[in-house]
Amino acid sequence: MQTKSSTSPTPASGAAPVDTSLASVVARIGQAREFGLLVVLAVIIAFVGVQQPRFLQISNFEHILQSIAIIAIVAVGETLVILTRNVDLSVGSVVGFSAFASANLLKNHPSLNLLLVFLFGCAIGAVLGAVNGLLVAYAGIPAIVVTLGTLNIYRGLDFAVAGGSEVSAFQVPTAFLNIAGDYVLGIPLLVIIAAAIALIAGYFLRYSRQGRQLYAIGSNPDAARVVGIRKSRLTFMAFLTTGILSGFAGVLWASYFATINSGAAGGLELLVIAAVVVGGVNIFGGSGTMLGAMLGAIVLGVIQNALGVLRVDQFWLQAIYGAAILIAVTLDALVTRQVQRLLIARRAQRE
Amino acid sequence: MTPAPPLAALRDITKRFGDVEVLRQVSFPLCAGEVHALVGENGAGKSTLVKILAGVHAPDGGSVLLDDQPVTLHNPAQAQRLGIAVIHQQPSLFPDLDVAENIYMGRQPLGAMRQVDWALMYREVNALLHRLDAHFDARTPVRSLSIADQQLIEIAKALSMTTRVLVMDEPTAALSGREVEDLFAIVRQLREQGVAVLFITHRLEEIYDLADRVTVLRDGAHILTKPIGEVTQAELIRAMVGRDMSALFPKQTTSIGTVALEVRGLTRKGEFRDVSFQAHRGEILGFAGLVGAGRTEVARAIFGLEPLDAGEIMLDGQPVSIHAPADAMRHGIAYVPEDRYEHGLVRQFPIVTNVTMPIWRAVSNRLGIVNTRRERDIATDYFNRLQIRATGIEQLTQSLSGGNQQKVVISKWLATHPQVLILDEPTRGIDIGAKAEVHRLISQLAAEGIAILMISSELPEVLGMSDRILVMHEGTIAGEFSRDDADQERIMAAAIGQAEGEPHAN
Repeated sequence: MQTKSSTSPTPASGAAPVDTSLASVVARIGQAREFGLLVVLAVIIAFVGVQQPRFLQISNFEHILQSIAIIAIVAVGETLVILTRNVDLSVGSVVGFSAFASANLLKNHPSLNLLLVFLFGCAIGAVLGAVNGLLVAYAGIPAIVVTLGTLNIYRGLDFAVAGGSEVSAFQVPTAFLNIAGDYVLGIPLLVIIAAAIALIAGYFLRYSRQGRQLYAIGSNPDAARVVGIRKSRLTFMAFLTTGILSGFAGVLWASYFATINSGAAGGLELLVIAAVVVGGVNIFGGSGTMLGAMLGAIVLGVIQNALGVLRVDQFWLQAIYGAAILIAVTLDALVTRQVQRLLIARRAQRE
Repeated sequence: MTPAPPLAALRDITKRFGDVEVLRQVSFPLCAGEVHALVGENGAGKSTLVKILAGVHAPDGGSVLLDDQPVTLHNPAQAQRLGIAVIHQQPSLFPDLDVAENIYMGRQPLGAMRQVDWALMYREVNALLHRLDAHFDARTPVRSLSIADQQLIEIAKALSMTTRVLVMDEPTAALSGREVEDLFAIVRQLREQGVAVLFITHRLEEIYDLADRVTVLRDGAHILTKPIGEVTQAELIRAMVGRDMSALFPKQTTSIGTVALEVRGLTRKGEFRDVSFQAHRGEILGFAGLVGAGRTEVARAIFGLEPLDAGEIMLDGQPVSIHAPADAMRHGIAYVPEDRYEHGLVRQFPIVTNVTMPIWRAVSNRLGIVNTRRERDIATDYFNRLQIRATGIEQLTQSLSGGNQQKVVISKWLATHPQVLILDEPTRGIDIGAKAEVHRLISQLAAEGIAILMISSELPEVLGMSDRILVMHEGTIAGEFSRDDADQERIMAAAIGQAEGEPHAN
């Protein structure tokens, strides 16, 4: 009539050797994303280069990297936050507030040590980031709500402090303005700073326990709790770090653009999030790399520059950014689904 | 074996959820070098006990002892530090990360600069996986692995720590025969090493195969703890179900009509296979079986919520094709899901809106504007007929009691005038009084000529309400009983895959 379950026939392939080909293919999908971005970059560069050879000049690439350096610094922080399944929409306002406050500080105290100005910007960012972090990590309010609120509040503070005034290039020391335009060993200083920050953060993400725990939180918050990860604390730290980096970026912004009013860096958050998402960091947390996010920023910078070189109306820029995000996210979803299907098919075959 | 001193013990553990006492003064020892099986029906309190040992729930009374000292388990990480590893029924892993990180998250091996030593971690995990005879390696992303493989990762995780007490909550539920044997070999190995293993299972033959000692829980109470050699399978089954049929089931005798629903050879890979049955008008067809036997999956497939790999569905003798709930509804099938909070109700909506939700077409005009008077009339009708206890049809469903919420869900589906009504655990989480009312309602609906499929994990309910009972075991129909032939022992035997009258092999 009926056989007992434990005597069911042994699946022949239960002890099959490690499926290295498939396993390694899947394991490399993460890297494949970065590889895909490199391909996209190469295609754009080749396409534009053929039409406008001056696009290919070294100085142009220098210019591109310089133009995205500040975005990249903020994107480093945003990546940490997005990995934990959160988002920080307030970064543009933090950059703007820090930019005006530090320029204004220098205007009033021109002889101030520039290092102190940077510390001042970082401190502002730390406070604003800590407010976000407290509300998200400890009060449990969704990040999108918290940071949409603080986006407006921080901008409002900026208006209140600036009161319609602006700090002009001639009102701050030239030494300060020179920072953003400086070169070290023939490389723009901004690019070196951004690269150094990205390298440190990338190392942290890959090689520290806390860095790995950020992935764990975003991948499965409940499982993270079970293995004893302090989710609130790490989430708070991610927001705090993003605040500090945004504050720091704000000082660079003031140096780069020289003339600052209360509207500085408005809408920057969208560029930053675009860079991170185009770079393959999953908006639902848990996966993505710092290298990817930086490549995402570079792709956006190259697109912007290419449009200029090709004399495409700047009007199109936003639409093209939007399209880049949609394409990146859609591709990501399609690839993930396809791989999943492939794996299920393989598994069914084994059984 | 010489009697070992208890490494750990539970002493008078009591746990309440709201007014329900799910564990009542449960005590038993866990000895080093012993496999201790824990059995009981669905809802007997096994999983709650596991969660207490895991540090997920704190007991309301009693204590957990380690080396004769009471310990307080504040959180899962602390339980782990004390050497209690728990393998839950549902693996809880990080799908985005690879196997090695899932095993070592939070305690990755560090190098000289306190950096994660990936090479060392991969080597160790590969060695572990080799020991477990796994067919994947340390770098495989967990997202791509089956549940059985994920289970293996949980086991590897327990092996990678200093584990003194290993709790396994139905680890074999998702495993194939060979995988079960591999797992048993590992468990025996751990036993040799002096680990105390608490093994929860529904499969009695596994207990005799593996366990040294067995504890039976029933309705949150400790029924027995005995060495496995001193208890027969029949005794165990009796201890698990031995409840008197005190609850009264107001089953009306109905005249059984023609076949309303017939299914043939329903199969969905990995869920159920070759399921065939007929349901008649006026009949209550009970579905018994253990949680995970595939009953809900069959119901969802008939209702079009999950695709079928093979099989036919016929209504009134006509084959129909059902690909989505809308198809099923059009053909007169209604499905009241197991989890009324998740799938049955919009809790922030009032009763009236919930009741008319599936029939919004019928209560609205051609432009889709809802005719509120018609809506209210229909809702009021069911409100009175089903005797829903609320201030009125405007009351929000979130503020109703469980029994009344269930009545709203049933009203909602009755409003579609179904010919076939599928009820999945219709009285779960409902207090005794309201239960009887829901039972009366079900009986009355059958009397009106609706064919009712009732899935229930409560044996007394199935026995008391059904005209005929199908028992499912691991995705197939393992037995069919008429109302007069059925009793708890026979159904339980079929549900655990024990063919009738077959003596158990020791």
